[in-house]
Amino acid sequence: MNKKEYPPLTRRKFLSYSGAAAIAAGTSSLLPLPSWARQSSHSGYTDLNGIKDIEPSNLYNLNMDYVPFTVHGRKGNATAINGTVPGPLIKLKEGERVKLNVTNSMMDTKHSSIHWHGILLPFPMDGVPGVNFAGIKPGETYEYEYDVVQAGTYWYHSHSAFQEQTGAYGPLIIEPKIPEDFSYDRDYAVVLSDWSFTKPETIFRNITLMDGYYNYQQRTIGDFFDDASEKGLNKALKERMMWGNMRMSPVDLAGVTGATYTYLMNGHGPVDNWTAIFNPGETVRLRFINAAAMSTFDVRIPGLDMTVVMVDGKKVKPVSFHEFRIGVAETYDVLVTPKQDKPFTIFAESLDRSGYTRGTLAPQPGLSAALPPLRSRPVRKMQDIGMMAGMDMKSGQMKMMDGSEMPSNIMPSKHDGTHAPEVPGPNGPEPFKPDKKSSSAVMIITNPKDRLHEPGIGLGNDGWKVLTYKDLISNEPQPYSSEVDREMTINITANMERYMFSFDGKKFSEHPGPYLFKHNERLRLYLVNHTMMEHPIHLHGMWMHLENGQDHDKIPYKHTLLVKPGEKLSALITPIEKGDWAFHCHLIYHMEAGMFQVVRVA
Amino acid sequence: MKKLILLATISLIPHPAFAQKAQTEHSNHEQMMGQQERSHFPSDYNNVNPEVPKNKAIQKYAYSDDPNSGQKNFGVQLVHDNMVFYQILGNRLEQRIQKGDDVTLFDFQGWIGTDYDKLWVKSEGEYNTSQSDLETTSLDVLYSRNISPFWDVQAGYRHDFIPDNDDRNFAALGLQGLAPYWFEIDATAYLSDEGKASAVIEAEYELLLTQKLVLQPRFETEIAVQDVEEYNIGSGITGFETGLRLRYEFSRKFAPYVGISWEQNVGETKNLIQNDGGDTSNTAFVTGIRFWF
Repeated sequence: MNKKEYPPLTRRKFLSYSGAAAIAAGTSSLLPLPSWARQSSHSGYTDLNGIKDIEPSNLYNLNMDYVPFTVHGRKGNATAINGTVPGPLIKLKEGERVKLNVTNSMMDTKHSSIHWHGILLPFPMDGVPGVNFAGIKPGETYEYEYDVVQAGTYWYHSHSAFQEQTGAYGPLIIEPKIPEDFSYDRDYAVVLSDWSFTKPETIFRNITLMDGYYNYQQRTIGDFFDDASEKGLNKALKERMMWGNMRMSPVDLAGVTGATYTYLMNGHGPVDNWTAIFNPGETVRLRFINAAAMSTFDVRIPGLDMTVVMVDGKKVKPVSFHEFRIGVAETYDVLVTPKQDKPFTIFAESLDRSGYTRGTLAPQPGLSAALPPLRSRPVRKMQDIGMMAGMDMKSGQMKMMDGSEMPSNIMPSKHDGTHAPEVPGPNGPEPFKPDKKSSSAVMIITNPKDRLHEPGIGLGNDGWKVLTYKDLISNEPQPYSSEVDREMTINITANMERYMFSFDGKKFSEHPGPYLFKHNERLRLYLVNHTMMEHPIHLHGMWMHLENGQDHDKIPYKHTLLVKPGEKLSALITPIEKGDWAFHCHLIYHMEAGMFQVVRVA
Repeated sequence: MKKLILLATISLIPHPAFAQKAQTEHSNHEQMMGQQERSHFPSDYNNVNPEVPKNKAIQKYAYSDDPNSGQKNFGVQLVHDNMVFYQILGNRLEQRIQKGDDVTLFDFQGWIGTDYDKLWVKSEGEYNTSQSDLETTSLDVLYSRNISPFWDVQAGYRHDFIPDNDDRNFAALGLQGLAPYWFEIDATAYLSDEGKASAVIEAEYELLLTQKLVLQPRFETEIAVQDVEEYNIGSGITGFETGLRLRYEFSRKFAPYVGISWEQNVGETKNLIQNDGGDTSNTAFVTGIRFWF
């Protein structure tokens, strides 16, 4: 009825490729890998310089089609872009006007789309079907055209159905107008992702029908007895009772796990061993992009310190560390300077330790270094999900939504008065009280904690220095005012048992309409995570300046914020472009299950 | 009136420079569209409720007072957060080896629906393998409505197929869900067409011995409010069944098991059955499969 597309669709036949995409498409007949990623030992192809010398283009033609994709010798069906997984490297130049023509050749799809993740642009170019446009119907081409007003490391992916899970993603790199103030000899994109031979629709059904379907690291009776001998039977029993009372599992760390996923680095499984070449003494820039559908990764390169120089495409003051956690959709640019003439493993473990992917930084192709063992699966403590501290059920420190209470003998029974709700609710100063009838908000935490300094569950206890959000200091100009016009809170809520995910206790379809951001206001947005999982929350079309304790001109730019369980954090936002924008958890099945909203900038 | 103001403001909205071409097409399109549609056209971002929020509350939603304020979706479903799923669960399909005739027991349920609304069918019965005939079999057809994070209310109809006697019909009202400490509960009250009330309560628990080896205790009891002598039912607790099953999950959807089950009639019901010459206690060794798809 309201059929409307921006800009007008041309139904011309897709004929030619151009720019860097042509190189990728032309040479990808053997392996469905783009040339920039095809540096593994088994492909016999090495591009010694990585992507540094690839010239930016302002025209790309992208064709989305089904392509057989082989991982570890097993063949699956991918929704590939220009025939490869990941898709071609798109390299743009800051200040240029670019045109990206995307064709949907998947004739059985309802629609396809490409969203340019983290890119500031007018909303009809943002590429979310049902928010910005109608999607790209089979056989049609959508012409994206916009001015590139930023630089850095980004990525792009389909925003249609589950195409992102099955391979529709790729790196998007924008060369700055003014060269960066750090130097490096080699440049590699490192795209992390998760691949399954099970259809995403089936995965979605399995996890919806059975909580923990893919979790083969659950707590067993043996774990309980181990706990009992370690902490005493009484304490072990009490803990089990507390989790039991909440009907939650302390090891529900990832909804979809290594039980079905093979974790990929630039389209290579860990056995395939994607390799990046260096000469000893050179500085290598690694542009980590988490393009996974569901997997948070912990990344380290044993033997090398990493120095972060860019996060989510924006420069930060260099900080050195050994390991970082990368939430889905985040990007981290790190510099490493291997001095020894030997290979180093780039190791990316999934948060729940159910699997890993790896690649190798090597002085020549065909080498590999020792693999660190997978660390043991962490167990969430009540503190990890923001509970315990000064809690008193009667004053509503934490409530189960069906009215049951936490066992009072475990909680301190007196409210100490220091944990009065500090976070305004969705409508201002009143704390968040979701609709009593909401089934998608199992638990409400009214004393969420500041956790920006915490490395996150399973990290920081084994001697590795872990980068945290607290360490990020912006190295970019701050164009916006420090004066806050409005404050708003968005509560992250869920019901894991029924696989319902929501904001403010409402699934997407239950919200009365889009959230309202006012054009050019300075908005302080609080995010409060009332669930026991990490959620990478992504806001389209504008930056979130994470308030991490730095001065206003030093707070880092983020397009995706990994919010820890029981955490509250705030970001300053200036909505610079009118229109409807998507706001969602970037875990694809959480998004599909309702953790999605539209933000209207008006 | 409001719509008219709206129309006037539309022309004032600065269109982004990027879409000059699009703008032309946009205007043409707008002329073709009705006023109604235009009121929430996506570029109509100046239609913000100007009212100052009360009690310092902020305006969180766009157009909170306008019933037409919904997200324009371009005819495309954004996310599928209310999908219709189905599940067929063979909770118990087992051969019972016991004193007297061996029987095959089945306990199936299936549902179809969304997070909130489901059609639920449950059937439980026994097939006497020694005598090749079906023993009492129940069939519940229920509408299931989610009422809280872990609970569904279920209401509907039950039919009991009873060999050697008249079938019985019931109205059913129950609660199914997950109780604290992970007890799967299914409790249903019944009112028969003879006006007799009763209830069945089932509870199951799962204990992981390993990631794939699961021990499942199970308890079921029936309560009758009145005597129904023609069916050997006495008021009060009529009996219970308790069992312990150990299954191995080859996959989440397929798990063979072995176990034991003990059924015992009690109270007035026990007397009635004994007077009839029936067994009131039964211990069975069971072997079967649990599956779903």
